[in-house]
Amino acid sequence: MASYFLRRLAMAIPVMFFVALFVFLLLRLTPGDPAQAIAGDQATPAQLAAIRENLGLDRPIASQFVTWIAGMAEGDFGSSLISQRPVLEMIGQRIGPTLALAVMAMIFTVVISLPLGVLAAWRHGGMVDRFVMALSVVGFSVPIFVIGYVLIAVFAVNLKWFPVQGYKPLAEGFGPFFHRILMPGLALSFFYIALVSRMTRASMLEVLREDYVRTARAKGLGERIVLFRHALRNAAIPILTVVGTGFAMMVSGVVVTETVFNIPGLGRLVVDGVLARDYPLIQAIILLTAGTYVLINLLIDLSYALTDPRIRYQ
Amino acid sequence: MTFRFKTVGAAALVAGSLSAMPALAETTLNVVMQAPLRSLDPILSTAQIVRTHGFMVFDTLLGMDAKYNPQPQMADYVVSADKLTYTLTLREGLKWHDGTPVTAADCVASLKRWGENDGAARTMMAHVASIEATSDTVLVIKLAKPFGQVLELLAKPSPVPPFMMPKRLAETPAGKQVTEMIGSGPFRFVADQYRPGDQAVYVKNKDYKPRSEPMSWTAGGKVINVDKVVWKAMPDMQTSINALQSGDVDLIEQVTIDLLPLLKANDEIKTGAINALGSQVTGRFNHRLPPFDNPKVRQAAMYALDQDQLMQTAIGDSQYYKLCASVYGCDVPLASDAGAEYLKGSAKERMAKAKELLKASGYNGTPVLMMQPTDLTILSTQPIVAAERLREAGFKVDVASMDWATLQSRKNGWQPVAQGGWNMFFTYWGVSGIWNPTVHAMLDASGADTAWSGWPKSARVEELRTAYITASTLDEQKKIAREIQQIAFDEGFYFNAGEFQSVAAWNAKLKNLQPGPITLFWGVSK
Amino acid sequence: MSASSNPAQGTHPRRRLLENPPHWTTVLAVAVLVVVIVMAAFAPQLANFEPTKLNAAMRLKPASDTYWLGTDSFGRDLYSRVVYGARVSLLVGAGVAIGAIVIGLPLGLIAGWYRGIDGVLMRMMDGLMAIPGILLAIAIVALVRGGLVTVIIAIMIPAIPQVVRLVRARVIAAREETYVDAAVLLGTRPGKLIRKHLLPTTIAPLIVQGTYMYASAILTEAALSFLGVGIGTEVPSWGNIMAEGRLYFAINPWLVFWPAIVLSLCILSINLLGDALRDRLDPKMQGRAP
Repeated sequence: MASYFLRRLAMAIPVMFFVALFVFLLLRLTPGDPAQAIAGDQATPAQLAAIRENLGLDRPIASQFVTWIAGMAEGDFGSSLISQRPVLEMIGQRIGPTLALAVMAMIFTVVISLPLGVLAAWRHGGMVDRFVMALSVVGFSVPIFVIGYVLIAVFAVNLKWFPVQGYKPLAEGFGPFFHRILMPGLALSFFYIALVSRMTRASMLEVLREDYVRTARAKGLGERIVLFRHALRNAAIPILTVVGTGFAMMVSGVVVTETVFNIPGLGRLVVDGVLARDYPLIQAIILLTAGTYVLINLLIDLSYALTDPRIRYQ
Repeated sequence: MTFRFKTVGAAALVAGSLSAMPALAETTLNVVMQAPLRSLDPILSTAQIVRTHGFMVFDTLLGMDAKYNPQPQMADYVVSADKLTYTLTLREGLKWHDGTPVTAADCVASLKRWGENDGAARTMMAHVASIEATSDTVLVIKLAKPFGQVLELLAKPSPVPPFMMPKRLAETPAGKQVTEMIGSGPFRFVADQYRPGDQAVYVKNKDYKPRSEPMSWTAGGKVINVDKVVWKAMPDMQTSINALQSGDVDLIEQVTIDLLPLLKANDEIKTGAINALGSQVTGRFNHRLPPFDNPKVRQAAMYALDQDQLMQTAIGDSQYYKLCASVYGCDVPLASDAGAEYLKGSAKERMAKAKELLKASGYNGTPVLMMQPTDLTILSTQPIVAAERLREAGFKVDVASMDWATLQSRKNGWQPVAQGGWNMFFTYWGVSGIWNPTVHAMLDASGADTAWSGWPKSARVEELRTAYITASTLDEQKKIAREIQQIAFDEGFYFNAGEFQSVAAWNAKLKNLQPGPITLFWGVSK
Repeated sequence: MSASSNPAQGTHPRRRLLENPPHWTTVLAVAVLVVVIVMAAFAPQLANFEPTKLNAAMRLKPASDTYWLGTDSFGRDLYSRVVYGARVSLLVGAGVAIGAIVIGLPLGLIAGWYRGIDGVLMRMMDGLMAIPGILLAIAIVALVRGGLVTVIIAIMIPAIPQVVRLVRARVIAAREETYVDAAVLLGTRPGKLIRKHLLPTTIAPLIVQGTYMYASAILTEAALSFLGVGIGTEVPSWGNIMAEGRLYFAINPWLVFWPAIVLSLCILSINLLGDALRDRLDPKMQGRAP
């Protein structure tokens, strides 16, 4: 198990290097000039040249790349070209809201979609089943900002149940925090609920046909125990896989959700960064999300061993 | 056409007395600014938001009042009889935010850094023999040759105002950003609550001693009646408006005009122009590339474009924009109607004229590459509207959509279109950045590589611009400005699409919002 | 949908269709798609106005006899724009799905068959997959000027690894089959082997995956437009119609809702069709890689 983990971890290194190289080249080939973002629309060419020289942007690309990688090896991800602040500090300021949003969406997903999926499979062809299938297709088909605007129009503007926008950190109390994160969390989880309830249903349908489920039922175990303890546990792997691969969609959703609900998270930071050509910032955030993706999928692979007794790693 | 909203105006006069009242609880002003604050150095950046930030944290030697007159702010001034020596004496009790006193040496260093960065300031520095501190509180500017606008430039609120910084910060090299925000202005910058692009926090500078004169733009006593000002960035106007209505936010600096009817229904919300000066929308031609290297083609384009259509599509309600010929802004002292013949008559008549001129110009169908920014609402409509009119006149037009950052950097190059060049784009300028030929970068007719994008060339305009610098009376200045304007039209420097007024919206609880050339946070109370 | 049919494998497709008539949702989905395709093909005939025809005096008008769905902030006819928008959305979807398959299929075949190349190629694909597609797309759209082709490429690149992985998995599974072993023993050249034995096993899952990529590409285009880095506003797409309309959501939410409804219906139909295809062509493939 440990050696498997180490092997997988070692495999992540070339992957991350490729990500770093790819992103670096992509950004340096992008038209646009961070000096312009600093100096503004009305700056003269001479002024821009001075700024570029100061930022080291006039150096050869290869040397800039080496400097960047060497810095990261020492834990220095560089400073934002625009604000001159350390990139890690800027990410630190913004990661809280994004994590809160993601966790909220995951909680919604688990609470809503697991029972739905299980029920749909249990009463295959029934009302819940049809609802789940309809929901899952709709969830894939409606853009997240439309969901966001509908939620805002109905629950914030008309019913006034929730604040229309904004974010309060957990440190200011659970009430205000929850009040503001609820709607964005729901909007973001919509896609995930569709995905996971559909996967749960499909996976459960397969498991429910298996012998050990029949055995469990024959033993006279309660239906709830059969469903949630035996069947769901064995159906977990495809569900977990989908959660892992869905991470990319989550990031996409986060970027849009943060814009709709005005949440000062990483998503907006990175969009701003791209628009201002703030290279070190974009590079760091993309590496961070890519690293998270790799790690999540690694953890999911490992968790197979824990959820499914049939899988063992040498 | 006139703006229906009068600027907030005279109420400011009584505000001075309010400062005597004790603050009961901490008052915080939550504001949505027109753009997020991403960088901090107000000398290096020409962006309006950074300038507004500059006026929070820093102070200027002179201020400009609502009548466009330079007035003492940090310093009082004496001008010698030959107008070659300017003696500025710092007023008493000025302190930097780190507690050290403001000295004349600090100000000399600040002026020199400003002189390296700002275009108009560079012109002034070319006339300056020396700037020296003769004591801790006195600095002297000596001119080598006459330059009529020293006071105007020291007082200018337009990009870039000469903000004063401690010497150690002002000695930062020209291309490097100052990141430590130590000024002597009425607010202190709270560095550890600054989130670039999202939030900036300012607290009242309790050590600040306002002047005794009444507030007027950036002149007079900057009396602070709130404890804290928080700037929040909101990428979505709808979100901002919802936040204003729910009380999360007290002021939106710039509201989309189309959404104003929503706010007018609400008694708790007031709307109006707090930014006294409008902004001019400009369509710039690239004089170095075909087809706009041909003056006759540019003229045809000037006739084809339509001010009213451009502004109506961008702004909507016609009471929020003005159409005029003046390239210096519609209501400034230098405004005139030179070149108005290009704008007169019906859109149809002008189109006929454009078609005729284009035919006669020898235009060979070279497509016009029009750059369009997709992420900047205020400038995303004009290229579309302009393209339609140009096509009707017989031009071939390609609209190239891109983000604003790409457009900004692409506009600096003059390589052929196939290699990433451009023919036309739109931008806008605050009137304080264009109100005379010295500061107006689009009237730079040197054609030099270092000039602002577009590179028109006219020896006569350059002569006139030099003459303007030494012109001593307003009449003389007006005459010169008028001739420059006529040439700018005839030669098609750019198409002046008209002027729009940005409209703010605020909670009715706010009192004494100050009108100014930019959004000011002195005077206002909650 | 996925459980509605479970056809026996190996029967002739036409007979299978007769024995298992399609579910009503599939019929509906096909009907909607036909409507959308007709909209795209006959946009000039169906539209009442040029989609780019400006009319500053008629900005933000409500629906009327002249403007069936009202006008947008340029005074353009919303109905005509929505009709024309079908073209861009269908093109983006098709461009992305076909492009990703054309590039991903050979890479997947190579990775699956030549184990030596597999390691390097798959690490690169892992890397590409690890970068969130939206971030990559935003950066790429900024790279070249924002036009239709740029947007297609930007959405396509993150989709390629999905195809490569899918094809590679099929090839690896097929290698274990006896008929492939037999072909190798008989000395069949790799090129012919891949063409004759491996390629066919990948077609059914690719068609299914292609429909999902198609739907997801249309959604991503809308998201890019929403963030201000999509196709320029001169070419109407459902995504940029919504992005422009959202500013006026409080005045006229239908500027957002009309394109949203058409977009959602279109994607819904493609997804339903994908599900139906999967059930018929590839019943083993459960769930989907998003």
